[in-house]
Amino acid sequence: MKFITDLGRYLLLMKEVFTKPDKLKVFFRQILIEIQNLGIESLGIVIIISIFVGAVVAIQTAYNIDSPLIPLTMVGFTTRQSIILEFSPTMLSLVLAGKVGSRIASEIGTMRVSEQIDALEIMGVNPANYLIQPKVIASVFINPILIIFSIAFALFGGYLAAITTGIVTTHDYIIGLQSWFDPYTVTYALIKTAVFAFIIASVSGYQGFYTRGGALEVGAASTRAVVYSSILIITSNLILTQLLLA
Amino acid sequence: MIEARHINKSFDDNHVLKDISIKFRKGITNLVIGQSGSGKTVLIKCFVGLLEVDSGEILYGDHNFSNMTWKERKEIRKEIGMLFQGGALFDYMNVQENVMFPLTMFSDMTPAERLDRVNFCLERVNLPGVNKLMPSELSGGMVKRVAIARAISLEPKYLFCDEPNSGLDPQTSNVIDNLISELTQELDITTVINTHDMNSVMEIGDQISFIYKGEVWWEGNKGDILKTGNKEINDFVFASKLAKSIK
Repeated sequence: MKFITDLGRYLLLMKEVFTKPDKLKVFFRQILIEIQNLGIESLGIVIIISIFVGAVVAIQTAYNIDSPLIPLTMVGFTTRQSIILEFSPTMLSLVLAGKVGSRIASEIGTMRVSEQIDALEIMGVNPANYLIQPKVIASVFINPILIIFSIAFALFGGYLAAITTGIVTTHDYIIGLQSWFDPYTVTYALIKTAVFAFIIASVSGYQGFYTRGGALEVGAASTRAVVYSSILIITSNLILTQLLLA
Repeated sequence: MIEARHINKSFDDNHVLKDISIKFRKGITNLVIGQSGSGKTVLIKCFVGLLEVDSGEILYGDHNFSNMTWKERKEIRKEIGMLFQGGALFDYMNVQENVMFPLTMFSDMTPAERLDRVNFCLERVNLPGVNKLMPSELSGGMVKRVAIARAISLEPKYLFCDEPNSGLDPQTSNVIDNLISELTQELDITTVINTHDMNSVMEIGDQISFIYKGEVWWEGNKGDILKTGNKEINDFVFASKLAKSIK
């Protein structure tokens, strides 16, 4: 029953969120600010995680190839496929759900409990539209770009692993990266990321917007935002994979 | 003038406002007083539309606020300024951006005109030159004054203040009270102040409504309140032993 109530409230909130902004100039400025806050500020962690995971995937793939019949170019090929199809879009979206989702929920939740949202409403500003819409649009725009960076740096991480460990020659690794490349896999990754970005920003915005109480409840809303976003990302990942790849 | 006619508001089984009818006049400070939990904040939230009344009407002049759509309310809300208990300044904006926000959203002023208006409002609340400070860098009294500056930036017709003195020392409270009173007369607006601070009552209580257990129990002014024989209001006004002995 609570799930149905929450779903109904979420859909009603989204109806409020996606109305015409009060002032377009302010709205576009807000989007740029959110691109900075939610996207650019996440670039560092995206790069670090991607490099290390790319290296680990390459090493693990090489470790599992023990048949002399399988060419070592498969290390590059498998690393590329794993990174593009799953690691960058899904795993990094889960990381972003933690970083960005908690930020959105705690920011909006704090505004709620300190009456800043009431202040907006009394001024005649639609608070859902003013606060959540720029975050959703910024996330849907910037997260796919972050994921492109992630893919590039993860593949570079695999390359570094090849150099430093000698598990595969850099020549074989690069040949593997270039083998049987289907550009549609990148399209699939970007579509998934955009959907995940929408989930992260809207679910976290919802959790923050309906926070009641004080600091403790803001923390709880932030936790719920991360947990619900993560669950929705994992389940929608399955659905999107079936729809886009089957 | 703002008026409530027979409004009722409940939360589940808790009947908070019981058939309240009240009028707030223009150009004077209208005080709503009462104990904590008496329904003052719920009343003020119903007036500004943050809570919906279960029954009854709220009128702004001739306009029935209770029946209005969000779009219609939006027009009235542009004429409302509100000072919240904690100030409710936007954390991520500096003082100048906070005061300028309503002007940016709802006026056609040029950036230079907006800045002039911000500086005028900040000077009016005796805070010139604090434009670039963040809310976290302000004292409690300064937060309240910046919030007043923001509330009057669009030249409102109605000003609501929810516990404007909470958390302030008596001297700063006095400054805030007198500032609100002066602005009310200067701008000829309808001001409603929600308080349980007796200093405010005696300083600026042009019209006082005492709310007791969700009902309007007593109405009068600061002169009447000391002479009334009403038990509940005497218990509220002369709460301490010292005050009782003085009476």
